[in-house]
Amino acid sequence: MSFCPAAPASPVVNSAVPSEKPPTVRFRDVGLRYGRSPEILRDISFDLEPGSFHFLTGASGAGKSSLLKLIYLANRPTRGQVQIFGQDAQRMRPKDLPGLRRRIGVVFQEIYLMEHLNVFDNTVLPLRIAGQNPQDYRNDAAELLNWVGLGRRMDAMPETLSGGERQRLAIARAVVGRPSIVLADEPTGNVDHEMGLRILRLLVELNRLGTTILIASHDQDLVARSGMPVMHLDGGRLSHSQSPFQPDLGAEPMGAGDI
Amino acid sequence: MAKAFDHRRWIPAPLLPRQDGRDASLVFVIAVLCFLACLTGIGGLGADRAAQGWGRQLKGSATIIVRSTISQVPDAVADQAVQVLGQVPGVKSAIAQDRSEAEALLAPWLGQDSVLQNLPLPRLVNVQLDVLKPATSESMANALKAAGLDVTVDDHTLWMKDIGRAGDMARGLAIATFALMALSAAAVITFATRAGMSMRHQIVELLHLTGAQDRFIADLFQTRFAIMAFFAGFLGAGAAAGLAAVVRTLGGAEGLTPVLPIAWTDLLITLPCPVVAALVAALAARLTTLGLLRAMP
Repeated sequence: MSFCPAAPASPVVNSAVPSEKPPTVRFRDVGLRYGRSPEILRDISFDLEPGSFHFLTGASGAGKSSLLKLIYLANRPTRGQVQIFGQDAQRMRPKDLPGLRRRIGVVFQEIYLMEHLNVFDNTVLPLRIAGQNPQDYRNDAAELLNWVGLGRRMDAMPETLSGGERQRLAIARAVVGRPSIVLADEPTGNVDHEMGLRILRLLVELNRLGTTILIASHDQDLVARSGMPVMHLDGGRLSHSQSPFQPDLGAEPMGAGDI
Repeated sequence: MAKAFDHRRWIPAPLLPRQDGRDASLVFVIAVLCFLACLTGIGGLGADRAAQGWGRQLKGSATIIVRSTISQVPDAVADQAVQVLGQVPGVKSAIAQDRSEAEALLAPWLGQDSVLQNLPLPRLVNVQLDVLKPATSESMANALKAAGLDVTVDDHTLWMKDIGRAGDMARGLAIATFALMALSAAAVITFATRAGMSMRHQIVELLHLTGAQDRFIADLFQTRFAIMAFFAGFLGAGAAAGLAAVVRTLGGAEGLTPVLPIAWTDLLITLPCPVVAALVAALAARLTTLGLLRAMP
């Protein structure tokens, strides 16, 4: 296993053609409401094909985080059907959910770091939970931290990290288990524009390696620069569009040096 | 200069913090409750022992009032009664009180003036009975009357009932107090553990969403809180045992008061306390964690 982007580069799949494999995520007429409040998501239908890269945009409170929560199984839809890796989320047995969650990497909006664990321990958390042998992953984890630019801060405690470093640590933790899909909720929300671009490059690199990516963001400029397909939430409904601008993240493949 | 981190020598850190500032109040509460529960337990044992002692003392003795006529020498009549009683099965020993002892008993009411010296005082004979097969009041009275003695036998039956009732009440109260104390300690440990758990709600949620099995998370918190409660229980039980040891040392076998005699073996009751506290906390933490997880999708 290696996280080095020098691995055989597959083409960027940002508008993947539907294949015979089931979509990584499928929503059909999904609605969601909290309690007796009006529906926050209405009639949402979309597919995320394996290896695709999408942005999820919308105003604050449009339901972006709620939609992501439905995908990473932190919430259940009020109506409609949600399929993850071809399995119906509503019909899954509770004991099967942890295994499924391990295939989903999440960068939470609130980041949620374990403040008493150092950078390295935070990063490998999903692997420890999965019961893997430390000898099998510690080299890969160190390589991953180098890749996200935290190679020299592996023993640092989260409270000493900057906003950008915390975000990159959260991304490292989300991808260390080689998930099939990475969901990032406002991953550039707490960082400056330059750091936002760096984080975006990281996610693009992951996508090059075949990981499906969905990023919720209200940073219109960043979304426009990426040139990736956009799913826009407005009034609880979803619309699809292609980014109006061409990618402007750097023409060459990015690696650790860029970070 | 700090040593550079070497991931090849990395040792996984505990997933839950070993120490947490928020735990101090929880440890204090559990320790105090364990202290009180242990003290109540020791007190209960003392009360039980006192009640048994009172009963044993009364059951094992009797008092004979020996009256004499004008022509008889009271002390000689009392000595005769002692000899007769020595032949009665179930009597261990009998000791006659002389006149001065009888006067001393009456002095509070009649004073120590010459009035007493002119009165024909009956003599008292203190009888120690065989505890296993005590002589009955009837057998003693019959034997004494057969010897021509005018006596009244008091085997404390009247007192025995009252003392027995008082002893039973003291014992029952001690057991009930201990049970209540132990139950309330368990309830507060449960409550405090749940409060501690809810403060860690975010960790539970993160582990859950990262793909941890419910059992894995429950095991983590169960172990964490069990260790903490064991430590707190150890402190509380240790303090209670220490205090009881001081009382035992200062007061001897009788304790500081005859109402609560303390034996060294009573201190053993504190031994299970840390384990019980740990078990209660572990169960509370496990159930709370699983409850939190059940509320999550």
